[in-house]
Amino acid sequence: MRVNGAEVEAAVDPRTSLLDLLRETLGLSGTKKGCDQGACGACTVLADGERILSCLALAVQYAGREITTVEGLAGPDGPHPLQRAFIDHDGFQCGYCTPGHLCSAVGMAAEAARGVPSYVTADLTADRVVLDRDEIRERMSGNLCRCGAHNGIVAAIAATYAAGPGERA
Amino acid sequence: MTTSAHGRAPVGPAPENWAGPVPDPLTDPARTRRIGEPMPRLEGLAKVTGRIKFAAEHAYPGMLYAALACSTIPKGRITALDVADAERAPGVVLVMTHRNAPRMNPMPGFGSDPKAGGFDTLPVLQDDRVHWNGQPIAVVLAETQEQADHAATLIRVGYAPEPAVTSWEEAVANGTAPTTIYGGPGRRELGDAEAALRAADVSVDEVYRTPYHNHAAIEPHAATVLWDGDELFVHDTTQMVAHSAWSLAKIFGIPEERVHISAPYLGGGFGGKGLWWYQVLAAAASRLAGRPVRIALTRENVFRTVGSRARTEQRVAIGATADGRFEAIIHTGASATSRSADLSEPFILPAQCTYAARTFKLGVEVAYLDMMANTSMRAPGGAVGSFALECAIDELAVKLGMDPIELRLRNEPRQEPIDGRPLSARNLVRAWRAGAERFGWDRRNPTPGAVRDGEWLIGMGCAAATHPYVRSPGAAARITLHRDGRAEVEVAAHDMGMGTATAQTQVIADRLGLEPHQVTFRFGDSRLPGLVMAGGSQQTAAIGAAVAAAHRELLAQLLKLVGDGSPLGGLEPDQVGSLDGGVAALDDPSRHESYADILDRAGRDRLVAEAVAQPPEELTARSMHSFGAMFCEVRVSSVTGEVRVTRFLGSMDCGRIVNPRTAASQFRGGIIMGIGLALTEELVLDDRTGRVVNASLADYHIPVHLDVPEIDLIWTDIPDPHAPMGARGIGEIGITGTGAAIANAVYNATGRRVRDLPITPDKLL
Repeated sequence: MRVNGAEVEAAVDPRTSLLDLLRETLGLSGTKKGCDQGACGACTVLADGERILSCLALAVQYAGREITTVEGLAGPDGPHPLQRAFIDHDGFQCGYCTPGHLCSAVGMAAEAARGVPSYVTADLTADRVVLDRDEIRERMSGNLCRCGAHNGIVAAIAATYAAGPGERA
Repeated sequence: MTTSAHGRAPVGPAPENWAGPVPDPLTDPARTRRIGEPMPRLEGLAKVTGRIKFAAEHAYPGMLYAALACSTIPKGRITALDVADAERAPGVVLVMTHRNAPRMNPMPGFGSDPKAGGFDTLPVLQDDRVHWNGQPIAVVLAETQEQADHAATLIRVGYAPEPAVTSWEEAVANGTAPTTIYGGPGRRELGDAEAALRAADVSVDEVYRTPYHNHAAIEPHAATVLWDGDELFVHDTTQMVAHSAWSLAKIFGIPEERVHISAPYLGGGFGGKGLWWYQVLAAAASRLAGRPVRIALTRENVFRTVGSRARTEQRVAIGATADGRFEAIIHTGASATSRSADLSEPFILPAQCTYAARTFKLGVEVAYLDMMANTSMRAPGGAVGSFALECAIDELAVKLGMDPIELRLRNEPRQEPIDGRPLSARNLVRAWRAGAERFGWDRRNPTPGAVRDGEWLIGMGCAAATHPYVRSPGAAARITLHRDGRAEVEVAAHDMGMGTATAQTQVIADRLGLEPHQVTFRFGDSRLPGLVMAGGSQQTAAIGAAVAAAHRELLAQLLKLVGDGSPLGGLEPDQVGSLDGGVAALDDPSRHESYADILDRAGRDRLVAEAVAQPPEELTARSMHSFGAMFCEVRVSSVTGEVRVTRFLGSMDCGRIVNPRTAASQFRGGIIMGIGLALTEELVLDDRTGRVVNASLADYHIPVHLDVPEIDLIWTDIPDPHAPMGARGIGEIGITGTGAAIANAVYNATGRRVRDLPITPDKLL
């Protein structure tokens, strides 16, 4: 598979999750393990641009896929605008849920850009979804934060994607 | 005051006695530049790029992975323990049980020594006894986590169960016992409160119940441990590095200096990250195996092997005159505990300080269960005690036909209510008035159930928030001043997300007259000076006082270095202060010499000053508490009973705010945890087996984004003259009052009074 643009090869135990492959085998500990049960979202990464819970993904199932982790969000010009926005809006305290929130938000913005509706979307047939605060709050509810940085997280995502859904995804 | 050319005054030595009449010079805005600035977190970029390493993210050659096997009965003896299959499983290096574990001393119980850090005093894997359902009975070490996890499932255990107390009702029926609150009295009385209650014009007398709560930090507890001979090194996630190091040394019978704990970053703590069995088990297994060990608790392990907040049952009775003066405040009841913890949930703390009354009867007792040791969680006592007290006041206001804010203002004390200590910068009345205006309290309809928007019933509620000012003895700081004008400050303190390092960098910059980029604050390591627990919302004050003491020492040392040719020649330490990267005379700041020049001339590369903070005499001499006025609007579905918090305002009075950005996040974090306390959080122990039923984040419901409104905040920002920098604690107060504000808003919306948390839809249908 490719991870953050680089080809990686690893012989893995068939029981190994994508999360443990990233953290233990590849040393990419930016992706976090919060529950290992798919309940907290801390392990969210992008697989071919879609957000997935890497703790519920077996590594062997992702052969040939393109995985992006928090370490791969930054571009050649420095951090991703969303990463900067999280700092500007104090969208974290301890920082443990932050990588999952960042990857999830990038994937979420792409979903909105494709017009995928959510529970709070009024017009289910619209081509595009405007990411207002309620849309962001609903779509990010799979990522838990215990420090209580919710306001800052939503503000950071809104600031980043206010120009138009998915434009920076 | 005498100021320099650009209008600032030197920062002289802080007072030797914080209870005395002279405040910290840093309470004066004319002496500060960085305190009060919304400085972004220093470690922000490292956190958003995933570069911060947490306790389970350090790898060593030969490191083994640990998995736990845990008991499935609450009490009894292990009669059979077959580990043969586990030992033969692929990759397994060691299975450790009570049969082969090294002999270890029990954890020193918290409070039994200033450095004791154990919340559970049981022997760890030393015998065949089971004390709670979920107690670790074996540790498997293997080459990979998958191998260890699998092998742990192959261990077969037989038990001889013994009768266990696993239900609250049974525990209470067995009799509750008097207890203490952190070593202080668990019972406070003034006058005959029961008689005053009976004689009162108007009264309420109700019972409130709160369930077990789990800290649920997103980072599960973890440690990576290495032995080098008889030296132990631990990457841990702990709120008490120095306590843990001393305690582990006692457990393993080795000198304190041979245990080294590093915990610079925690993925959340909230009271749950202390010394528990997992560090002891990992260190013992590592010693047996002779290899480094990583133990990373599963989420289930976190719920079953680390303590939670205990459940409570609280009676609150208030008697008042017809015009609303409190004649009696009674707040009594019990909380659950294990024999091994013997720790109360001190829910009487708010009633001790918030209101004046002619008589008081306050007391907390404990009911013993065979359960995992309970522990402190954000605002111990205050979070659940303020729920009961502030709901009762709302109920009394209804009976009196009085506005609940007016009722509270009428009973504002002029001194600490029971023992009469003088108040220190208490501005709760101002917080109430400012909050009521900002929130639009005058638009509240006092008639329950009167405001409706389709299926939604809308209500407003309020409650007082309070948390004691805490500063434990023993904090120390070391300042190293370099010839180039930089300073390093080292304290064995913690930053689990509160922004400690950022806020302290601002404080140190102002105290030493430096720019923040010239200051390096080192923390989170047991080899650094002093004893500071990240608990009681005390770190800002505790570190602040330690740095102030070291600064006093630094000024004295600097004056010893200056020669006769210096503009500072002939001055005494209490005549000088720090200003603009150097030392200046307090009464004439033009007499100034830079640190660099002083060190240069003395031929010194650096100067080191270390000191222990002055004893916390202000705690006993003054009534010092953080306060807040919490305002809430809810919408309750008349169809489903679902409660949505739509608006929230915290109007806070916590002394001076050091960093408005990180402080706002601290307040919001507490309030959001309070939303969980009010509406969703309930850790359930099976009455029959004592086993945690909902040991997962799918079943223990903390607030998610859609549960959290935009939270508005204002604060008085009035310095407390007896607190370092004028700043009282801010980390825990947000969770206090919030539960009651929400419950009171639900009452205003629906006319339904829910007295047992959480307020789930079934209780409103």
